[in-house]
Amino acid sequence: MSAARRLLIAGGIALALLGMIYGAWYAVFAEHQELDGIGKSLTASFSATARGDAAGAEAALKQYKELKYSYDRHVDVHGHWIGLAMVLIVLGFAFDQVRFEKKAKMALARCLIAGALLFPLGVLLQTFSHGYWPRAVAVAGSALVIASLALVTLGMMRRGRTVPYENGSRN
Amino acid sequence: MTSVPSSSNTAAQDEARITFAPMSARRLLALGGIGLILVGMLVGDIFAVFVLHQNAAKVGESLSAASHAAMAGDANAVAGSLRSVGSFLENRGTKVDTHVHMIAFGYLALMLAILQPWVALRESTRKKAAWMLLIGAWLLPVGVFLIHYVGLAYSPLAAIGWASIFADLGGALVMGATLACLVGIARPFRESKRPEVEDVLFKDRSTAGRVLLAGGLMLILLGFLHGAYYAGVDLYRHEALDYSLLSQMTITASTKNASALDSALAGYGQLGGEKAVNIAVHAHAIEFGLLAMLLAFFQPYISLRDGWKRNWAWVFLFGSLVLPVFVLLELRLGLLAGGIADAGGLLVIVALLAMWIGIVRYSGELDASLSRGEGEKR
Repeated sequence: MSAARRLLIAGGIALALLGMIYGAWYAVFAEHQELDGIGKSLTASFSATARGDAAGAEAALKQYKELKYSYDRHVDVHGHWIGLAMVLIVLGFAFDQVRFEKKAKMALARCLIAGALLFPLGVLLQTFSHGYWPRAVAVAGSALVIASLALVTLGMMRRGRTVPYENGSRN
Repeated sequence: MTSVPSSSNTAAQDEARITFAPMSARRLLALGGIGLILVGMLVGDIFAVFVLHQNAAKVGESLSAASHAAMAGDANAVAGSLRSVGSFLENRGTKVDTHVHMIAFGYLALMLAILQPWVALRESTRKKAAWMLLIGAWLLPVGVFLIHYVGLAYSPLAAIGWASIFADLGGALVMGATLACLVGIARPFRESKRPEVEDVLFKDRSTAGRVLLAGGLMLILLGFLHGAYYAGVDLYRHEALDYSLLSQMTITASTKNASALDSALAGYGQLGGEKAVNIAVHAHAIEFGLLAMLLAFFQPYISLRDGWKRNWAWVFLFGSLVLPVFVLLELRLGLLAGGIADAGGLLVIVALLAMWIGIVRYSGELDASLSRGEGEKR
């Protein structure tokens, strides 16, 4: 098994584990509280409106907005870490069919893993800060994944060159 | 095949890991995995046609009832209507979870089938792990599906019903089986001299396999690009709109402006549709792409003529492209696009079924030729 391929498969499994551990932590310690909060704040807002309490309705709706913002991102982080891990593992299976030099393939594998780690991390950081940097991390991560994947697609479509295996045999 | 078998017993075990004998762990996982994906897709199609839109309409009606109750100053009716929203959302959520988990476990089974040559365990142990995974992979989604109907009936626990308990048991079985495979993969790393394992599935360069690999990659790339576009252009706008429409509902309800309230409710329904469509496009393009790539590796074990294998690969990819594209067009073309998207999903299901039948038909030609090749080498 080539080093780039091993890196993608091992990196994918590690990322899947990270995503699952994060998901388990989130499900046990945060998800129900957030969902409960979303439901309660929405009910509180409409109930306050029924009582003619406009300020109360507005405050409850702001709370709803914050909780919904966090909930969406937490679920996205869990889903994207595991989803990207699956993409990495499957790409690892097929990586010997990418027709680039060994060094370029290794660089691509590293970029894919870095992007797959950074993109959901940036989304997670948005739950702590609504500022510019978490978004920049998420954008950089996703751009890295997309650019690397485009190059992998290109490498797989290249014709006219045989792909050297790590052990020296040729297909 | 294994290049350095230390004994005849080891050689037999290695061969069992790599070959595709009936009822072998690899075949069980491949057939069971594709079967799970097929059923998961059918559940998804049935859900989309008979439940999704009706459920969305009921959620909209309940939200409208809550808003109008707020306008009438009836706080009790507000709470009652929003509880109904919660119940409809739970019904929808459990159906989506059933669909998603069946397909995700199918992917896991296919991945583990591909990895079998590297799982250094006895064939009987690997078979037990395969059965354990498949039983758990059925138990969890069926349990999740029943949560809405069983509720807390006869449950020994205050907050968790029997359906949830069985679903959790299914999840534990899947995790146990996956862990067993991981232990098997990690075992050889403790030995100083690790046997080199080569697998025929990775050497396949058939046209059908290459079409599925390249097409799958393209679909994943399209799904990523669409996700990036949605995140960059629509996500924050949708989040702001969600808040502002709810805010409009409370303000118009307090000022007793019924027509403005109805307009905000209609906008909220439209927004929900836009979000659901974009998420479905992103998720389905990537999932079909991944599945295409996984299926590419199993082409040597599909016992069909090469021409048919190519045809089914193209049908699979065509359906995989039609579904997300026409789901996206649903916002402009309405039900017509929805119908075409469903037809795309059906094409994917038919192609997948054809490949599944091809794997069932496989009777060991490739394994036999490999054994002959090994014998000649020796």
